[in-house]
Amino acid sequence: MSTETGTVAGSDTSRIHNIGYRSYDGPRLGRGYARRSLYSQSLRGAFGLGRSAKSKVLPMLLFGVMCMIAAIIVAVAIANPAATALPIKYTAFAIYLQAVIGLFLAAQAPQSVSRDLRFKSVPLYFSRPIERVDYVVAKLAAMASALLILTGTPLLILYVGALLGKFDFADQTKGFGQGLVSVALLSVLFSALGLVMAALTPRRGFGVAAVIAVLTITYGAVSTVQAIAWQTGSEGAVEWLGLFSPITLIGGVQSAFLGANSAFPGGAVPGTGAGLVYLIVVLALVAGSYAVLMRRYRRVGL
Amino acid sequence: MIATESLSKRFPRVTALDRLSLDIGPGVTGLVGSNGAGKSTLIKILLGLSPATEGRAAVLGLDVATSGAAIRERVGYMPEHDCLPPDVSATEFVVHMARMSGLPPTAARERTADTLRHVGLYEERYRPIGGYSTGMKQRVKLAQALVHDPQLVLLDEPTNGLDPVGRDEMLGLIRRVHTDFGISVLVTSHLLGELERTCDHVVVIDGGTLLRSSSTSDFTQTTATLAVEVTDSDTHPDGTDALRQVLTRAGVEFIGQDGLDTQGLPGAGHILLVEAVGEETYDIVRDSVAGLGLGLVRMEQRRHHIAEVFRTEGAPEATGPVEQHAVQQSAVQQKGSGRDEH
Repeated sequence: MSTETGTVAGSDTSRIHNIGYRSYDGPRLGRGYARRSLYSQSLRGAFGLGRSAKSKVLPMLLFGVMCMIAAIIVAVAIANPAATALPIKYTAFAIYLQAVIGLFLAAQAPQSVSRDLRFKSVPLYFSRPIERVDYVVAKLAAMASALLILTGTPLLILYVGALLGKFDFADQTKGFGQGLVSVALLSVLFSALGLVMAALTPRRGFGVAAVIAVLTITYGAVSTVQAIAWQTGSEGAVEWLGLFSPITLIGGVQSAFLGANSAFPGGAVPGTGAGLVYLIVVLALVAGSYAVLMRRYRRVGL
Repeated sequence: MIATESLSKRFPRVTALDRLSLDIGPGVTGLVGSNGAGKSTLIKILLGLSPATEGRAAVLGLDVATSGAAIRERVGYMPEHDCLPPDVSATEFVVHMARMSGLPPTAARERTADTLRHVGLYEERYRPIGGYSTGMKQRVKLAQALVHDPQLVLLDEPTNGLDPVGRDEMLGLIRRVHTDFGISVLVTSHLLGELERTCDHVVVIDGGTLLRSSSTSDFTQTTATLAVEVTDSDTHPDGTDALRQVLTRAGVEFIGQDGLDTQGLPGAGHILLVEAVGEETYDIVRDSVAGLGLGLVRMEQRRHHIAEVFRTEGAPEATGPVEQHAVQQSAVQQKGSGRDEH
């Protein structure tokens, strides 16, 4: 009796198991949907979501550090009864924490593009409805969004903290807005440069090194030369030297237009003319990076 | 399914396709040619990723020059090279690829589970791809080409790098893609032998031009060749020669120069190529070997080389590179088929 039921159950499961091929008649959502899917997958991937536990550690740690420092600043400001504003400007936060942002970019940009290149998955994308421009735009937008989340969330913490501390609303809102514009610009510039570095170095380790090198070496070189120029009395050169590293570019733009304190030696602030040059260089770098990425993927497509 | 009309593709220094006109219908079609014969270029053009220099091509009735995206939505592609990231599981990877083909999230997951099961991946599909064998990786590559239920799949050298058993399984799977799933297949290979077992139709190209296009039965109508290798013994110091004499007396026909395989394969000079007229030839060979008291090292059906096809076409001079390739590759393959027939 029991054996019989066993057999019946067995044949049932094997029948369920072997249902044959079913064709798909549902919707095919096409190119726009594929581009959005690639964007969200890359954005989630930048924070290690949908990937192994190991790959969540670094991005989450860096994100935690950014938020924690913002929280500490808020705590200090609120704990001091005499304070009428946050101890730092919104626009200064990203400049102070550029090392954390650089590490995040160095770790995640190669993850985002080098994998597809190194393991030659790119032809699989291009044999589907999406095209080269969709791939590049989705990857760029995802990386920029990830950086914006990384840099914008601490600003939000600062802003909420400032409102809780009953600091001047109009003043704080204006500062927060300027800070957001600044980090948005920073996110786009950094992600464009980071993806170019990563796409040109398919080995992931080299990609990480290349991104860190571009960010820190240029910054080190620029600030050293700026300091020398200031010491030797050629103050006029200081504001133009800032054009040669990504972080000083952002610093120049925000001190010219967004009311930020200048981080340049002697507090040199680029004038409106120089500020425009800074902005044009930033935009040109972004456009150039996009063009380089497009070229890069024309060569690897299938 | 696929129609091309005097399709040409010229690069600055090479002509990859030279006025190629093809008409490929539903079913499993083999595209045979040596490396550099233009197979991959043709696939690129058919996917609408590379414009043809001249001529026209249509896939599923859509013009490749204008409807590339629409074609790629309905066609699957399995590349020849490795294309799988090692750090994700097969399920995650195929789901992602399904979404890239335009399938909504839920459908993508369902189709992935179905497709991976159909290509023969079960529990291992949740493990990272890095730990898979070559055969399993090929199955994942096939699954990502099938996951969006295309009307046509283009498989570029799907048996590359597989051992003989893996090859047979992959070929069986390809056959099923058409018979069970109703998806037409264009499969490339430089081995005619393995395609003639799988395909309804075989197209041979070389140097970008069409050499031959015909249904598989045309290729296999000729009688089979049997390769026989025997050991030597004390009474018959040259076992091969002794066997040849006995077989000649039994009225068995040999192929080539005295029936000796001189094509430079391992054991050449010790392998007799016998024309198998039917089942009885196998018996005669077996009885003769047993009668002489020799050891039978191998008795296997030898697949026809692409070269032989060309010889019947009367154009052997055009086939140098193809021939070389076919010979080398069939050496590998025959080890597999030999195993079954011992």
